[in-house]
Amino acid sequence: MQTLKRTEVLKDALTHYCPGCGHGIIHRLVAEVIEELGIREITIGTAPVGCAVLLYDYFNCDIIECSHGRPPAVATGIKRIHPDKIVFTYQGDGDLAAIGTAETIHAANRGENITVIFVNNAIYGMTGGQMAPTTLTGMVSTTSRDGRGQHGEGPPLKVCELLSSLDGVYYLERTAVSTPKDVNSTKRAIKKAFQNQIDGKGFSLVEVLSMCPTDWKVSTAKAVDFVNNDMKEVFPLGVYKDKS
Amino acid sequence: MKKIHFEKHRCKGCGLCVIFCPQKNLRMSEDLNDQGLSYPEEIDPACCNACGLCFRMCPDTAIEIHPEGVKNSKK
Repeated sequence: MQTLKRTEVLKDALTHYCPGCGHGIIHRLVAEVIEELGIREITIGTAPVGCAVLLYDYFNCDIIECSHGRPPAVATGIKRIHPDKIVFTYQGDGDLAAIGTAETIHAANRGENITVIFVNNAIYGMTGGQMAPTTLTGMVSTTSRDGRGQHGEGPPLKVCELLSSLDGVYYLERTAVSTPKDVNSTKRAIKKAFQNQIDGKGFSLVEVLSMCPTDWKVSTAKAVDFVNNDMKEVFPLGVYKDKS
Repeated sequence: MKKIHFEKHRCKGCGLCVIFCPQKNLRMSEDLNDQGLSYPEEIDPACCNACGLCFRMCPDTAIEIHPEGVKNSKK
């Protein structure tokens, strides 16, 4: 067995995330993958607007902060100017699936050789728990007091299913961080998404179901149960596209 | 032998490590860290088999696992 401790790719900073938030786990997984692949010196990350907005304070590699929803467009520019660099975007559901839907779909359709990490916690975390495109039907948020679907909000947006029809997409997988097993499979998926980019394969996206105990207004244990029971039912885990 | 080291100042007290410890060997402390939050502590260090599940679930990288025993005795 090996010694387990924080990777050098993460700075020694305390994160601003709430207790029990899945972002910290996903940060660690991305950082460990960057370290294991030995690409820290050539990696450029693009940060979203949302809870992960301070990504540059936590990662020990180059990070650029983008306008709301535009990381895939900025990443496209960086990758085309610097094809030898490794470019990843780290986005939440409000950033990728709401205001950035157009950028996401067109970057995927063009088959840009970038890696997208999509954190789906079914709610807008940073702004205080408003309804997101991925909020589950019947779920109460500050802007859907009667539960989503009662006033014509429609069903949740399923990004992996949506993108799987596009020819430009190389790899799509949905995972979670709500159990140790899921954390391990998330790391494997993120590593594969980065490896695809190193091999020049094309657009890879990993959707990660994550916990938001604060805005779901539940305890950490109940947030884990919510992901395992409710979210996984609506957003089934698995590989949605793999051209390899 | 102590195999698990908690960086108390990083802990936000979410308790994910306590939930997922397969040996049920962790509990939240009654003391508070310098952020004013309770942090995990081992019930019996001999029960820990250094599986690393608490490390994998910790969102704040506040846990280190040393299967050969924690050498740094400052904490």
